[in-house]
Amino acid sequence: MLTRERAEQIFKQVLKFSTADETEAMMSSTSYSLTRFANNTIHQNVQEEGSYLSVRAVAGQRTARASTNRFDETSIRQAAEAALELARTQPPDPDLLPMPAPQTYRAVNRSYGETAELTPKARAETVKIAIARAEKDQLTAAGIFSSGASAFGLFNSRGLAAFHEETLSEFSVTMLGPTSSGWAKRTSPLALELDAEALADRAARKALGSVDPKEIQPGRHTVILEPAAVLDLLGFLFWDFGGLAVHEKRSCLTDRLGQKIFGDNVEVRDDVFHPLQSGAAFDGEGMPRQRVRLVEKGVAKNLVYSRSSARKMATEPTGHGFPLPNEYGEAPMNIVMEGNKSSVEEMVASTERGLLVTRLWYIREVDPYRKILTGMTRDGTFFIEEGKVRHGVRNLRFNQSVIEMLGQVEVLGAAERTSGEESFDMVVPPLKIRDFNFSSVTKF
Amino acid sequence: MANGATYAEVRVENVRQRYLSTKNGQPAQVRESESHGLGVRVIAEGAWGFAATDELTSAGVDRAAARAAEIARASALCKKEDVRLVPEQKHVARWQAPCRIDPFKVPVSAAIDLLLKVDAELRRVSGVTLAEAQMDFRRIEQLFVSSLGSQIYQLKTQTGAGYAAIAFSGSEIQKRSYPNSFGGQYQTKGYELVEELNLVENARRVGEEAVALHQAAQCPSGVADIILDGSQVGLQVHESVGHPIELDRVLGTEANFAGMSFLTLEKLGTLKYASNIVNIVADATPAHGPGMGTFAFDDEGVPAQATPIIKEGLFVGYLTSRETAAAVGQTRSNGTMRAESWNRIPLIRMTNVSLVPRAGKLDDLVADTQDGIYFETNRSWSIDDRRYNFQFGTEVAWEIKGGKRTRMLKNPSYGGITTEFWNSCDAICGPESWTLWGLPNCGKGQPMQTMGTGHGASPARFRKVKVGVAYSG
Repeated sequence: MLTRERAEQIFKQVLKFSTADETEAMMSSTSYSLTRFANNTIHQNVQEEGSYLSVRAVAGQRTARASTNRFDETSIRQAAEAALELARTQPPDPDLLPMPAPQTYRAVNRSYGETAELTPKARAETVKIAIARAEKDQLTAAGIFSSGASAFGLFNSRGLAAFHEETLSEFSVTMLGPTSSGWAKRTSPLALELDAEALADRAARKALGSVDPKEIQPGRHTVILEPAAVLDLLGFLFWDFGGLAVHEKRSCLTDRLGQKIFGDNVEVRDDVFHPLQSGAAFDGEGMPRQRVRLVEKGVAKNLVYSRSSARKMATEPTGHGFPLPNEYGEAPMNIVMEGNKSSVEEMVASTERGLLVTRLWYIREVDPYRKILTGMTRDGTFFIEEGKVRHGVRNLRFNQSVIEMLGQVEVLGAAERTSGEESFDMVVPPLKIRDFNFSSVTKF
Repeated sequence: MANGATYAEVRVENVRQRYLSTKNGQPAQVRESESHGLGVRVIAEGAWGFAATDELTSAGVDRAAARAAEIARASALCKKEDVRLVPEQKHVARWQAPCRIDPFKVPVSAAIDLLLKVDAELRRVSGVTLAEAQMDFRRIEQLFVSSLGSQIYQLKTQTGAGYAAIAFSGSEIQKRSYPNSFGGQYQTKGYELVEELNLVENARRVGEEAVALHQAAQCPSGVADIILDGSQVGLQVHESVGHPIELDRVLGTEANFAGMSFLTLEKLGTLKYASNIVNIVADATPAHGPGMGTFAFDDEGVPAQATPIIKEGLFVGYLTSRETAAAVGQTRSNGTMRAESWNRIPLIRMTNVSLVPRAGKLDDLVADTQDGIYFETNRSWSIDDRRYNFQFGTEVAWEIKGGKRTRMLKNPSYGGITTEFWNSCDAICGPESWTLWGLPNCGKGQPMQTMGTGHGASPARFRKVKVGVAYSG
């Protein structure tokens, strides 16, 4: 695994070969393993080790990037030369800023040896627990158990030096019955926190509770979205909180910043330092990430900015930029939505008639300004009547404006670290929402 | 073979990529990358193991092989039965995909200049608020060696190019793309693709349509006869035929992420998937054209093949691997195992899953339609995890009245159930309207792999389809 000392050595080599006006180097190494199971057996089991070096060169008001995964002198020299050559081929960019000067970063500890050292045998033993839970009720289990470690360094010729190490683990499981399915997933930098047995049991109970799902009429329903469903919807909204997206009028917040567009009970911030969050404390240019309150009492209050976007929009950078050069500018990647105290069970008990949704699938944007999204429910959708979960229902398609949805939140649960399939991990609560729009039903 | 393996294969790859993009008159991304490494896949104790490394020293390769075997032995702790593969012959071959103009030899300045010309044309249209254009080049050099004795060298060059005009006005963002959305057109060929696309020549029209959409009527909700342009038919084939025919999905191994398939085994040879005029093939052979799914051998050393999938409306074929073919009693894989790169295992992936053309041009089809809607260029796509219920939106549509294309419609969408939809197909345009479209970014697997797939398609008509579904309710 890349160490800070090794990263500094590599950067010195890059500088030795670079004749650019300014030079930046990013380097990383990763060791990642994933054990995949289905039909109650392990069917794929993989491990990879890799590294890369990416050099950005500046020639006047022009910049470009070249990357390699070879670390011999010749390859490093070629990457440095290629970046400069690519930069020189372009017309000048009047908006290009000098590279940032050295910064100071608040420490975050997201690296655990126990996760990095997890063996294939240990993962297989854990998978056996999930399979045993499936077989206890004649279910079929499918899922993954992954673990890995990575290290990342970013240096520039003005003296900026940033380094981050982290580990990540994930256990997700789908339990399948003849007519139903259930799902559960958790990620953590610390594999010991995953509790595969509890996740397998949760997925199994969802599958068993939705046997022979009944078809219900689409239309507007009260829904209780479990955190994974909330996350996957919100993931489509927060790209729009980038300064450049608003500047270029491709954001749904164009002409809406400062307006109350969500309900009073919606509070969202970007906070890489939240104890349940992950990621580095610096952005793609090495700027320190700052906490930013994005939504306050339903008002779209603040955006995040890279250095370049901040200059264009006469404000300060917030440390959310992507590595340069890029088209996208920046985005908040450490979303924390404030929750409340209600549990999903309490939400169900307070619901006269509605649906409980475990997760959503294949979400796509239908309308970029109204922020209408379409997608399907999946792996555990239940009908609620008179405060009780009554039975499973066939999966439904929704067409729902996420802006409108956040104006219809009736109850918020406790926020938790959440992982879905359509977006990056967030800290979000389960939500009870009125008048969620379902447009059609599928056949299972 | 050491380490107790009963089967082993190694893929060594070197992938070079160049990506160039412009935005509103300036270069946006100019980057180049090179990645090399190898992946070792083995069967030991009757189970699979895979390890990948970019350390291509003798010691690095030995370590990867030992890790792959160790992982296989761990897999065996949870096996129900030993992995079985259908037989395959030893192949020793070299193949290079045709590439007339090496895109890595085209000066970057010339490519950027072309993109900036497109950009200028787009922004010449008043009301265009954002212009984006890009080119993407990839060269994949691969050596596959297996314990069957196979040694297969393949070299492919892939090129993509396209652009979009975005217009914000009032309370709407509208967009038009060319020649397709989400990156444009992609094929396994060189820079000649860029030259064939007439990028600059189409830019003014594309910009004007993006702006005109703001004045267009909303696509109505209801039931209508619809015509899809070739690129949208290609995506429809991808989502509602290409994915459900993947035999690994059918057998449940993608159940946790990508999902399963409604095409359960008893449906092979019995399901009336589509109307009688619909014929669909999965064809990876170079004879099919320079698709993103064209190769000589797949990533487990099986030769490229042409497999009938839907024959006169009847479902007749899956996409298979050596392992899944064995699981369903077939005698040979039809060669669709593909890996994103050296650090990923091969999975069953679409090759070129194409709709066979029939006759006539788009204008003929419009003239033959009394009352309908013509949809062009995908904007959104979604389908359930067994591939029944789908909904697509396109960037633009036009009303058809009395056999003529009339007013423009904005925010068009349509949806349905896969087999009902394909059984409603009553016209497919001919070879002169057929294009081998390329999708560069199909996602599948854990860890996620993206893959390029090809879809030959021409415009087609479908009767009594639900339209306007995305905005109803």
